[in-house]
Amino acid sequence: MKKIKSIIFTFILIFNSNLALSAEKIDLLKVDWSFNGLFGTFDRGSLQRGYQVYTEVCASCHSMKHLSYRNLAQEGGPEFSLEEAKAIAASFIVVDGPDEYGEMFERPGKLSDKFVNPYLNDNEAKSANGGAYPPDMSVLVKARGGGANYLYSVLNGYEEPPANIELDDGVYYNKYMYGNKIKMANPLDDGIVEYNDGTEATIEQMSKDVVTFLTWAAEPHLETRHRIGFKVIVYLIILSILVYFSMKRIWSRIEPKV
Amino acid sequence: MSDHEYTPRSKFGKWFNDRLPLLTLGKHLTDYPTPKNLNYWWTFGGILTFCLITQIITGLVLAMHYIAHADLAFASVEHIMRDVNYGWLLRYVHANGASMFFLAVYIHIFRSLFYGSYKSPREIIWILGIIIYVLMMAAAFMGYVLPWGQMSFWGATVITNLFSAIPFVGESVVTWLWGGYSVDNPTLTRFFALHYLIPFLILGLVVLHIWALHVPGNNNPIGIDLQKPSKDTVPFHPYIVVKDLFALLLFMIVFAFFVFYSPNILGHADNYIEADPLVTPTHIVPEWYLLPFYAILRSVPDKLMGVIAMFAAIGVLAVLPWLDTSKIRSAVFRPLYRQFYWILVLDVLVLGYVGAMPAEGLYLLVARVATAYYFAHFLIILPLLGKKERTLPLPLSLTEPVLGGSVAMSAAKHKSEKNNL
Repeated sequence: MKKIKSIIFTFILIFNSNLALSAEKIDLLKVDWSFNGLFGTFDRGSLQRGYQVYTEVCASCHSMKHLSYRNLAQEGGPEFSLEEAKAIAASFIVVDGPDEYGEMFERPGKLSDKFVNPYLNDNEAKSANGGAYPPDMSVLVKARGGGANYLYSVLNGYEEPPANIELDDGVYYNKYMYGNKIKMANPLDDGIVEYNDGTEATIEQMSKDVVTFLTWAAEPHLETRHRIGFKVIVYLIILSILVYFSMKRIWSRIEPKV
Repeated sequence: MSDHEYTPRSKFGKWFNDRLPLLTLGKHLTDYPTPKNLNYWWTFGGILTFCLITQIITGLVLAMHYIAHADLAFASVEHIMRDVNYGWLLRYVHANGASMFFLAVYIHIFRSLFYGSYKSPREIIWILGIIIYVLMMAAAFMGYVLPWGQMSFWGATVITNLFSAIPFVGESVVTWLWGGYSVDNPTLTRFFALHYLIPFLILGLVVLHIWALHVPGNNNPIGIDLQKPSKDTVPFHPYIVVKDLFALLLFMIVFAFFVFYSPNILGHADNYIEADPLVTPTHIVPEWYLLPFYAILRSVPDKLMGVIAMFAAIGVLAVLPWLDTSKIRSAVFRPLYRQFYWILVLDVLVLGYVGAMPAEGLYLLVARVATAYYFAHFLIILPLLGKKERTLPLPLSLTEPVLGGSVAMSAAKHKSEKNNL
């Protein structure tokens, strides 16, 4: 009896560790993200820098369909001031219309606009990138096993290919990418962006910032979720204790101990 | 049941109750005599009711914001997550709620298996339960399709394709299910309609399930018939209500951890990629609660036989009351059955594990052995065991000492104490 039960527990343990192993065949780089944990929140500065990396580097190919410029000023996000967010929106050209004459027209972006797509449609995106569609970045962190660590690793995983691997034109070797072949050239280079706050723009720093930004983009209510979650759990624990003693009290009417 | 006439105190209550005896029903529910030795494994009935109601309420609000259209579904889910007030909370509660629902239902089913709750006179309760379980799987599967991510789309493709194994009419049946020649918008809209319908069917069946339960009353860890009401029973309210509430709160703490701190851990990352009929994911896996059946399906080399085996794996449960020939309900008094019970638990866990792995090599072999054992447990071991097993002597009641040996009673007590967490 006991033996079988212990087998079951061992099995569950192996099961868990095995799943974790098969999910990531090589160890991803691990970053101590500020948004992990019971009270995890985003680092505001990192989010703002991350937005800068996204918009100056990634956004030339990757869309961000589900975000609007107003989100940049939203609580729990990069928290740009409303003026800054308006200025950011206005720096993009949005095609609107049709107007009263049936013509499409261009105008500066507004807070309520969605992030402008770098391509007219998916097919244009594909043909401009050697047939590989640059994935939309709105929920990219949640769409990859390994999440933030995986994206961070890929950004830091460009290497010369081992001698036995031959790469076609426009295909690059990446240590952490599934299958090791990636159609995106190494997007980051030291100093490719210039941070306003004086932070040094190393590859590690930029990838950390941009992954933080992408995590927020995928999970804009993460801070609220952590905050409410803690309260809910504390509330439930206190209530459980109270109910436990009520239960003892009630059951003591029929027998001394439950 | 001792349904002695109940007269409401107020005049209005009496007038109302004569026309619609709701107050009599309420009185019956609160007085309902319940065995006082029920352990915490018995609290999952209440927990499951909570799960169902949670799913219905969160689902109702989600349905107000969701758009069942192949081009808009994915974006509408993101709209819920971002722009709807507490939409993220509703969706995470609903998505994780499905997993918690299955966790609870598996505990509920295995509790029934351990204590022989499916045996006479409770066969109808058990069969209603199995129908509810099947409907739950249907609802969960269709619900998983609605976000229209990659796993939604390809899961729907794989599962609906199973019906093509039906001889002669298979292909036509699949076209009929899809509403076209592939999984597409018509599939999504009908799945949404059915996903909305099924929970209410389940709710109706739950009423029948509880009604059928209230005829013979609860089974209990000792598995003997009790005098009702007697010293062995307590009224449902407040004794069982407060105990169920306590267990429910503990369950909700676990639930809350998933919702607030790892809301996506039970899902598959690929489902955050919008459905693309031209790109097949590297491996298509169903949600964890369907994995044992998926393993059974894949362990049979022939498609039709695989589908039959998968449905038979559930069907065999429905006839379980007649396969188990033992007159003794509780495993506490069945030393051999107890061993086989835990082997079955292990077997189902193994099936779940290999269901998540690619069907090849050692995994496939293990899946085949585990599938064979699963059926052997119900079709060979249980019928024989009832005839061969030497069971321990049963006590006459919970309070009175056992006839012909105090060993068993102390064993039983020991057992139920252990189960009292």
